[in-house]
Amino acid sequence: MSISKSKSGVTGNILSSHVDGAERTATAPFGQALIREAEANPRIVGLTADLGKYTDIHLFASRFPERFFQLGMAEQNLIGAAAGLARTGFVPFATTYCVFATRRAYDFIAIGAALGSANVKIIAGLPGLTTGYGGTHQGIEDLALMRSIPNLVVIDPCDATELGQVVSAIARYEGPVYMRLLRGEVPVVLDPDTYQFEIGKAKLLCEGTDVAIISTGLMTARALKAVSQLNSSGVSAALLHVSTLKPFDIEVVLALVKRIPRVVTAENHFTTGGLASAVADAIVDAGMAVQLKRVGIPNCFCESGSIPYLVRRYRMDSEDIANAASELMRGTARRE
Amino acid sequence: MSHGIDASAKATSIGSLELHALSLRRHILRMAERVGQGYVGQGLGIADLLAVLYSREMKYDPKNLAWLDRDRFLLSIGHYSIGLYAALAEAGVIPVDELDTYGADQSRLEMSGSEITPGFEMTGGSLGHGLGQAVGMALGVRLDKKASRIFNLLSDGELQEGSTWEAAMAAAHHRLDHLFAFIDCNNQQADGPPGQVLNVEPVQEKWKAFGWDTQRINGNDIHAIVDAIDAAKENSGKPHAIILDTLMGKGVRTFEERDKNHFIRVEPDEWRLAREQLEEYAQPRHRGSA
Ligand SMILES: Cc1ncc(C[n+]2csc(CCOP(=O)(O)OP(=O)(O)O)c2C)c(N)n1
Ligand SMILES: [Mg+2]
Repeated sequence: MSISKSKSGVTGNILSSHVDGAERTATAPFGQALIREAEANPRIVGLTADLGKYTDIHLFASRFPERFFQLGMAEQNLIGAAAGLARTGFVPFATTYCVFATRRAYDFIAIGAALGSANVKIIAGLPGLTTGYGGTHQGIEDLALMRSIPNLVVIDPCDATELGQVVSAIARYEGPVYMRLLRGEVPVVLDPDTYQFEIGKAKLLCEGTDVAIISTGLMTARALKAVSQLNSSGVSAALLHVSTLKPFDIEVVLALVKRIPRVVTAENHFTTGGLASAVADAIVDAGMAVQLKRVGIPNCFCESGSIPYLVRRYRMDSEDIANAASELMRGTARRE
Repeated sequence: MSHGIDASAKATSIGSLELHALSLRRHILRMAERVGQGYVGQGLGIADLLAVLYSREMKYDPKNLAWLDRDRFLLSIGHYSIGLYAALAEAGVIPVDELDTYGADQSRLEMSGSEITPGFEMTGGSLGHGLGQAVGMALGVRLDKKASRIFNLLSDGELQEGSTWEAAMAAAHHRLDHLFAFIDCNNQQADGPPGQVLNVEPVQEKWKAFGWDTQRINGNDIHAIVDAIDAAKENSGKPHAIILDTLMGKGVRTFEERDKNHFIRVEPDEWRLAREQLEEYAQPRHRGSA
């Protein structure tokens, strides 16, 4: 067999997290933040569909056993019951994986949670290529699906810092929310002293003049590395982090794009239906002429395998972002 | 012209079925040891059923997987693929050598199996898909007047998915008596035993109430499995649910006895012991009915 038999290239433990070479990590930031919020707000309840240990909500379950409901492996009922709890005045946080929440329980999210704006928080693990388990487990189109549901707020946090802030913001926000979850050991990338998440607000993380990188979710961590790589090769890159995909911060995006009409988008998701599409829509609707390159997952079911292999295979690394930016710069140079 | 192999001609005696199950267990250990972790407990627990199906019960042709008259085995529970890879290797569907690529990048043998592997009739792993497709296949082969039978392996955790019961109702309504559902009650799911996560009992009564022919047996007793399938075949007009109480890790004492877990990590030095214990179990006096 020509296939590598070395352990480095083996599909990882479904429980483990890939920290992407981060220097600092935090453990179970979602579970920790939920406990903090629940201590202040007795109406917060937790639910899961046989993935408590795998979505960090087991911490909440041991801290508040009477406010935690294990519903077994039944995702439609998970969302249905969460909607019911919301309608009795509770603030339910329901956890499963992206794929099972969005694919199996789609109708329950659309009708049970979103149509009447029930106060349901859907917390969805294994976004994009954060699992090696192939087409059944990789949430590669969830942002597209969730963005198309009216009333639903859709958030893809970058790291542990932001995740904690998102939990606190959505616990206070009245209405349905879909949040992508990073679980277990989660990189700390954003500085909690300077970064502040706000629902619906994009944040400029780096100032630059040559190329604009617009990223969401964990790709922002890779985009930060890409910015340094570009800087050291003499390209000045701005970086805008858009963790709320819906509502989309059109104003801030357009202001940046107007200034720098060379844009690279980066997302841990299909390059259609998610961030890149939202950016492209905004640009076209505003009648702007902008060069856009999309970094993300192509429209296919992805392979199984180790995370580093998959990141290389689907060109999702910081180099891929930097290369896309360099290509834009070269294209501009040729025309000039 | 059909040139299928009737598995019943190959291995009929209980002793040879037990040896077959033992080969599957050896393959499973080898695969799991290479990746150091995983669903070894599930694979070892279901090896007896797979041995009976693939070396006695099922009609298929390893050289012609698309043979239209074949019986079909549907693995709902993609994470049990480690067991099915072993069975498919023994059956000559995939090379035994390829088992060494289990879980490796670019391998066809994924940790959570799918239809990219020859012999996989569908993609499971997103749990709760198997029985619905089994109903469709059972309707399809009946419409085509084939003698094929459909076998679906599902888990106790899968009994919590609504789709399982939608399919169960349809199978009984359409009198799919060539459909056999094996339910692996290993008393485990991701967050713990079903009794603590979400009670699934009484399992047999539920299937009975849905209109199925039901039996509940020790799923690690080859004799009992053979008898149950034979009895089910005599019972026409209803789909058949055979509920298997199995022991995760069966055949490797430390795995049988350790704290049960959906996904286990095994330290490098524990594998040698595991292999030794399996060989101990391989001695006829340690095996159930031999
Ligand atoms: C629809 C769906 N929901 C959740 C999961 C995550 N998951 C994978 S295995 C598993 C446990 C299912 O129970 P069972 O098959 O009995 O587990 P085992 O006996 O292997 O421990 C869960 C919840 C999944 N794969 N599919
Ligand atoms: Mg089980």
